[in-house]
Amino acid sequence: MKRVGIDVGGTNTDAVLLDGERVVAAVKTPTTADVTSGITRALADLLAAAPAAARVDAVMIGTTHFTNAVVQRRGLTRIAAVRIGLPASASLPPFVDWPDDLAELVRGEVVMLEGGHEYDGRPIVPFDAAGMRAAARRFREAGVTSVAVASVFSPLDPSCEEQAAAILAEECPDTAVTLSHRLGRIGLLERENVTLLNACLLDLARKTARAFIDALRASGIVAPLYLTQNDGTVMLAEVAEQYPVYSFASGPTNSMRGAAFLSRLADALVVDVGGTTTDVGALRHGFPREANNVVEVGGVRTLFRMPDLLSLGLGGGSLVTLDPLSIGPLSVGYRLTTESRVFGGTTLTATDVGVAAGLLDLGDRHRVADLPGPLVRRAVQRIGAIVEEAVDRVKTEAGDVPLVVVGGGAFLVPERLAGVSSVVGVEHQAVANAVGAAIAQVSGEVDQIFQALPREEAIARASRIAADRAVTAGAARDTLRTVEVEDLPLAYLPGNSLRVRVRVVGEIAAGGP
Amino acid sequence: MRPVSLAEIESLAIGAWILGTGGGGSPYLALLNMRRLYRAGTVVQLMDPMDLADDALVAIVSNMGAPLVGQERLTDPRTIERAVRMMEEYLGRRFTAVMSLEIGGGNSIQPFMAAALLGLPVVDGDCMGRAFPEAQMTSFAIHDLPMYPLTLADVRDNAVIVARAESWKWMERLSRTACVAVGSIAATCKAPRTGKEVKECGILSTTTKAMRLGQAVQAARRAHRDPVQAVIDIERGLRLFTGKVQDVARRATEGFLRGTATLEGLDADRGHAFRLAFQNEFAVGWLDGQVRVTTPDLICVLDTVSGDAVGTETLRYGQRVTVAALPAAPILLTPKGLEHVGPRAFGYDLDFTSVFR
Repeated sequence: MKRVGIDVGGTNTDAVLLDGERVVAAVKTPTTADVTSGITRALADLLAAAPAAARVDAVMIGTTHFTNAVVQRRGLTRIAAVRIGLPASASLPPFVDWPDDLAELVRGEVVMLEGGHEYDGRPIVPFDAAGMRAAARRFREAGVTSVAVASVFSPLDPSCEEQAAAILAEECPDTAVTLSHRLGRIGLLERENVTLLNACLLDLARKTARAFIDALRASGIVAPLYLTQNDGTVMLAEVAEQYPVYSFASGPTNSMRGAAFLSRLADALVVDVGGTTTDVGALRHGFPREANNVVEVGGVRTLFRMPDLLSLGLGGGSLVTLDPLSIGPLSVGYRLTTESRVFGGTTLTATDVGVAAGLLDLGDRHRVADLPGPLVRRAVQRIGAIVEEAVDRVKTEAGDVPLVVVGGGAFLVPERLAGVSSVVGVEHQAVANAVGAAIAQVSGEVDQIFQALPREEAIARASRIAADRAVTAGAARDTLRTVEVEDLPLAYLPGNSLRVRVRVVGEIAAGGP
Repeated sequence: MRPVSLAEIESLAIGAWILGTGGGGSPYLALLNMRRLYRAGTVVQLMDPMDLADDALVAIVSNMGAPLVGQERLTDPRTIERAVRMMEEYLGRRFTAVMSLEIGGGNSIQPFMAAALLGLPVVDGDCMGRAFPEAQMTSFAIHDLPMYPLTLADVRDNAVIVARAESWKWMERLSRTACVAVGSIAATCKAPRTGKEVKECGILSTTTKAMRLGQAVQAARRAHRDPVQAVIDIERGLRLFTGKVQDVARRATEGFLRGTATLEGLDADRGHAFRLAFQNEFAVGWLDGQVRVTTPDLICVLDTVSGDAVGTETLRYGQRVTVAALPAAPILLTPKGLEHVGPRAFGYDLDFTSVFR
């Protein structure tokens, strides 16, 4: 199977062609403000390097475009919010814990209706369908283009959200609808926040996905287009455009997955040294270990599935002073090739230190020949110590584990580190994220409370639901494997209640879903 | 009596989560309610318990139920207000003030939510000095005060009054059954207390204690000092262990979240292991197989970097945490107190020896 992987980063847009397990070609081009022309350029470069890229089975794009839109407060749509659950949860309406500036930008009419469910599936009160219909008519009058719907305990029983969607489809068929149970787990505010974010990104997501599809078509490549997700899996672009929030953390995920693929290690630590920052994470079964706590995006609390990363202000472009010694967190970023000493500039960077220490050959090493040897060695040691400390903080196993190094600043990582069995360098390490996009798989997940079932039966039932969801999303059933099982007995709830979360992944089915 | 600022309630939320010793539920949603009430102009008054007249009537309030249900059916000040109003109607008397049942976790803020709507002051204190899972685990129960009546309010038009109960255990059983029936979350007003009972049998000044604890954490973070050390210094606590969570095993039994967590030592504790047993709250800790600390000493598991409390439901593999012991209220350490809240009350056949002795 041949695939093209593209990573749209803040500085570079990388593209790779993969034939089975082999990287056939890799290119790097500058990212452009409109994103799309950078992709067009990358695809043209890739086709020039490897004409075989014209006939591939799939193209995968990873982008941080939607996270940036939220963080930078641009390209967002004003939306309506529907909360179903009254008389419960009345005092904390939608947007309650959002930053004021973001809420004012996107908050349209907020409607709170009776309905929702209990933890055991009983209705709280009957769903107020008439109230939903009246609201839908107001939305149509007001020209609302996107609506977020969240119902109490909808991950257990989505029927209220589905009824609301049916009414919205009847009364305002052109309005996009985001339902919370499709996006999140238990935790109403956090799930609702994700739903609201998704609703206000839908328009941008649709335009972006269509532009990607157009860029692909214009390049002459005929293949289904997928967008990569936070968890290292993909969705068809036509589906992914409905769930932009799922791509929020796809950048770091892709680089970790790429590291797993290039090193052939499924369980390892990964350090990705970029120009400005270094991310350290852990791979388990070939996927990044996910953060379990609340993750804020642009100041909004969410419960996203995000890689559990430790980010440091250390990279190839980090500013360095030798005496007194200081390293980062400021960086010259994409100006490395003009401002650093080895490229004729006047700013001393970590890259210059690396060249002076003989760790890599880049630019003109004579321009750093004046640096005192002992001070250079001390700086290299300090950088090594910073990486070592970060690796130790991320490590969860008692024994020594392998560490895979990727990213353009990989030379900064010492060859020996405490607690690390081996430091693994890989080919194509500078485009590991595009490789990660190319190898993305399809997943299915369930997070649900089971009552009065033996633990094994509850997990088995959850696994079947997750597998069905993965197949619906495009996975080949015979390639599915379970990558995560978590069960949590629920305090105070009667009847042996068990919250079970299962995630399965599989290869993309040939010929698409 | 003095006004309480929103900043103090923010600090209270941090401190109360630490005093929750792993249980009590996160105070975040209660704090969000207070932010909204303060934004609308509310200011709650805090009352020194010693200013209560002997015959004053104090409402003891708490939200009851499963923390997980509380993440979907979000706490609402009007429900706790209804539980208190119901009690006033039943008694035919007006309350002078409201007070928290437990200062650990989200119930630290429930009296503020009630007080904001009732226009009553909050008494500085509670009857646990921490969090505990059951009704009989209070200083009022240890002092053999009457356990009834109790009112329970649901968000719907359901209201329950438990008029009498044979014992504290029966009160726990009856009120828990009603709570489960309305969806495992309800607002309750416990047996009312006179000013004299609060002064003699309450655990006093714990509200301001939790606020100071939160302020110490915030100040340490601002100054880039160690917030965990700040907690230990202000409470005269003990650092028992610093490590990384290596394993968490949870199981539900008899309506509790029970389980164990194993920590692998870091820094000065490298090479050592610490095991924690919990029953909603952390109950026992073993260092290298030897009992190191047991309830009712407060066993607090804190994020080593931020100083934030880590709950028994949020404890997870790989977290870097510090186990600290904080002193319990003296009433809990008496022989009678230990019958209610000592290790044997949680099913551990261990004698209690305080780490502070």
